[in-house]
Amino acid sequence: METILKEIGVETYLYLSALLFSIGVFGILLRRNAIVMFMSIEIMLNAVNMMLVAFSTYHQDASGQVFVFFSMAVAAAEVAVGLAILVSIFRNHGSVDIDNLKNLKG
Amino acid sequence: MGEIIFYALAAVTLGTALLTIFSRNPIHSALSLVVCFFSIAGHYLLLNAQFLAIVHIIVYSGAIMILMLFTIMLMNLNKDDESHKPIAAKIAATIAFCLVGLVLLAGLLRTKPVVESYYYSGEDFQSIKVLGKVLLNEYMVPFEFASVLLLVAMIGAVLISKKDKEKSLK
Repeated sequence: METILKEIGVETYLYLSALLFSIGVFGILLRRNAIVMFMSIEIMLNAVNMMLVAFSTYHQDASGQVFVFFSMAVAAAEVAVGLAILVSIFRNHGSVDIDNLKNLKG
Repeated sequence: MGEIIFYALAAVTLGTALLTIFSRNPIHSALSLVVCFFSIAGHYLLLNAQFLAIVHIIVYSGAIMILMLFTIMLMNLNKDDESHKPIAAKIAATIAFCLVGLVLLAGLLRTKPVVESYYYSGEDFQSIKVLGKVLLNEYMVPFEFASVLLLVAMIGAVLISKKDKEKSLK
């Protein structure tokens, strides 16, 4: 079966993944809403997953895709626990603005 | 043909990712992120990873985004009441974004002479059959650990979000 890599090469996927990862970093630094920061983390995880799949196809090895499964499992666990923490923070503080979380500040 | 599809999908991916981080309303962010995940599943289909594309749609667009949307609605955040960051922080974030992108792209641009062109041997390596064999032979132990991780995450999520209620009962 033909794949896209014959037409555009694996390096185009590298550039796309790098740009997507930078956008995720930008979201983390720019926003104060914790939920949007979570979404930025998801964008970064997906950028790395896409690079793994591109290289798995490039080397014709199934291991890369297996790693993507594990990273998806970790992402699902991270989102479940993280959102539970956010709900708990929201109950105690009334907002999820990370600048309000200053209880540990001396 | 494939090239056009790739560039269209890439534009959708990057555009909706930018929309996700720039929308003031978290619900709009979540909906843009769903479109972004669908376009990434399209990339997986282009790379011939059909099973992974389906799993990606089910896990990300289905489970994770529904969880996030429910949380947003539970917290009643569907209004843009986010106070603005100081302008210096925004400028710093933009500079950091440009630097990260520049460094990553500059590092990856040098790889072009190193990676040779794609050669397809015709071997089946990413059907569900082969993936299942690799997953349950080579990666048996990490697979079991992933199941333990998901169980612990489930218990932890329930415990963390219940703790407040128990305290108020006492």
